[in-house]
Amino acid sequence: MWDWNYVFDILPELLSALKMTVWVTLCAFVVALIIGLLLAFAARSQWKPVSLMTKGIIEFIRNTPLLVQVFFLYYSLPLLTGISIPAFYAGVIGLGLHYSTYLSEVYRSGIEGVPKGQWEAATALNYTKAQTWRSIILPQAVPPIIPVLGNYLIVMFKETPILCAITLVEMMLTAKNIVSQSFRAFEPYTLVGILFLIISYIASLLVQRLEKRMNLQRGK
Amino acid sequence: MNAVVIDAFAGAEVPQPDPNPAAEVKPMVRYKGVTKSFGDLQVLKGIDLEMQPGEKVAVIGPSGSGKTTMGRMLMTLEEPTEGTIEVDGELLWHMQEKGRLVRANEKHLHRMRCSVGMVFQHFNLFPHMSVLRNVTEAPRKVLGLSKEEAEERAVSMLGKVGLDDKLKMYPANLSGGQKQRVAIARALVMRPKVMVFDEVTSALDPELVGEVLEVIREIAEEGDMAMMLITHEMDFAKEIADRVIFGADGLIVEQGTPEEIFDNPRSERLQNFLQRFRSN
Ligand SMILES: Nc1ncnc2c1ncn2[C@@H]1O[C@H](COP(=O)(O)OP(=O)(O)OP(=O)(O)O)[C@@H](O)[C@H]1O
Ligand SMILES: [Mg+2]
Repeated sequence: MWDWNYVFDILPELLSALKMTVWVTLCAFVVALIIGLLLAFAARSQWKPVSLMTKGIIEFIRNTPLLVQVFFLYYSLPLLTGISIPAFYAGVIGLGLHYSTYLSEVYRSGIEGVPKGQWEAATALNYTKAQTWRSIILPQAVPPIIPVLGNYLIVMFKETPILCAITLVEMMLTAKNIVSQSFRAFEPYTLVGILFLIISYIASLLVQRLEKRMNLQRGK
Repeated sequence: MNAVVIDAFAGAEVPQPDPNPAAEVKPMVRYKGVTKSFGDLQVLKGIDLEMQPGEKVAVIGPSGSGKTTMGRMLMTLEEPTEGTIEVDGELLWHMQEKGRLVRANEKHLHRMRCSVGMVFQHFNLFPHMSVLRNVTEAPRKVLGLSKEEAEERAVSMLGKVGLDDKLKMYPANLSGGQKQRVAIARALVMRPKVMVFDEVTSALDPELVGEVLEVIREIAEEGDMAMMLITHEMDFAKEIADRVIFGADGLIVEQGTPEEIFDNPRSERLQNFLQRFRSN
C-alpha cells in the first residue's frame, strides 16, 4: 500500500511547497507582530473613540472565521475596490491580521506586567512617551511573552492549509494537485501531516528551551 | 544668597539688571490653593506652600494625610483638582493660550519637568539595565549628552553615593540601600532644581537606612538644590531641614523651623502626632 518510490517522487515538490508554507507563516507572523503591537497601543489610547473602536475591530476579527476573512480579501475586495491582491499577499495579510488580534492581547498582558513605578520613574526622568515605550516598557514587556508569541507562530503555521482555499500553493494544495493527477491520496496527505508534525515539533522544542532560559533569567 | 549669585557670575558676562525686582525673591516652588480629589475622596483640601531656592523642607504627618500626593503633583504624576503650582516662577500644570489659562499640554510639562526630580519609596530602578545604564540613559536620551559626557557625569555621581564599583551590576543583585542610592544618583544626574524624596528609606531594612540618609545628608549640605523630604524619620528631618511642614487631613496644620515644630509644637494635632511617634 505505501509506495516508497512514489514518496521519493513527490517529496521534492512537497518540500518546496513546505518552503513556501514556512515563508507565508513567517511573513504573516511579522505582520501579526507589528499590527498586534499597534492594536495594543490603540486599545490603550487615552482617547476613548480610538480605544473603543480598536476593541471593536479586535472583537470583529476574532469572531469571524479566518477562512471567511481570506476569501473576502482574495475574492470580494477586488470586486469592491478594483484592486486585486495576489494569493500570497492575501494569505499573509489575512493570516497576519487575524492573529494580530490575538497577539495584541498577548502584548497587553506583557505591558500590564510592567509595574506602574516604571512609568513613573520614566516620567520623573522626563522621558517622552515614545522614549518610555522604547527603552523602558517594551524591553520589559516583551521578553516574558516571547514563549507565548512562539506558540502562536506554531499555531499560525498549522493554520496555513486554510490558504489553499485561495489558491495559495502551500503544502496542502500541492498535495491535492498531486492527488488529482495520480489518484493516489494516501502518501501525499500522510507526508503533509508528517512534515507539519516535524516542523511544529522542532519549533515547540525551541520555544520550550527559550521559555526555560527566560525563566532562569528572571528567576535569578 | 545674593552675594553667592553674583560671585558665581564674576568674570562671566555682566549680569543684566533684573527689570522686575520682585523676581529676586521668586520662590522655587509655590503651591496656591491646591486641592486633590480621587473620586469622592478629597485628599488635599487647599495647600499653600512656598519653597525657596535651595531650601530643604521636611514634610511630616500621619499616614494618609496626602504627603505623597503633594509630592507627586510637583513631579507631574498627579494633577491638582484645583489651584496652581509654580516651579521657578512658571506655572506647572497650566499655561497661557490666547490670554487664557488652560491645562498644560505634554510639551509644556516636558519643559517644566527639567527642573524637578523625584526619588521613590520603592526605588523604581530599571531592572533590565545595569547600574551605569540606569544613570546614563536619561542624560543621553533626554538631555542629549554624548555617551562619554553621560558616563562621566554618571560615574562621578555614582562615586558620590559610593557605588562607582558596581557599574556593571544589575539592580536585582543590589541590596535595598544600594538600589536607593543608585536611584538617588539617577535623579541627581539630571540636575533638577528641586527634588522630591518620598519616604525613601521606609522600604529598607533598618540596618540599611543609615547609608541612604548619609547620602541625602551630603546632598543637602551641597545646598543648591531645593529638597522636599517626605519622611517618617523625625531625627533626620530635624537635623537637615530648614523648615518642617506638618500636614494632617489634607491641610498644612503647622509649619516652622525644626525647633519650633519638634520642641514647641503649638497645635494639639501635632502634639499628639509627635507623642504617638515618640512612644513607638
Ligand atoms: N490614585 C489614587 N486613587 C485613589 N485614592 C488615592 C490614590 N492615591 C492616593 N489615594 C488616597 O489618598 C490618601 C492620601 O494618600 P497619600 O499617599 O498621599 O498619603 P501619605 O500622607 O503619603 O500617606 P503615607 O504616610 O501612608 O505614605 C489616602 O487615603 C490614599 O488612599
Ligand atoms: Mg506616602
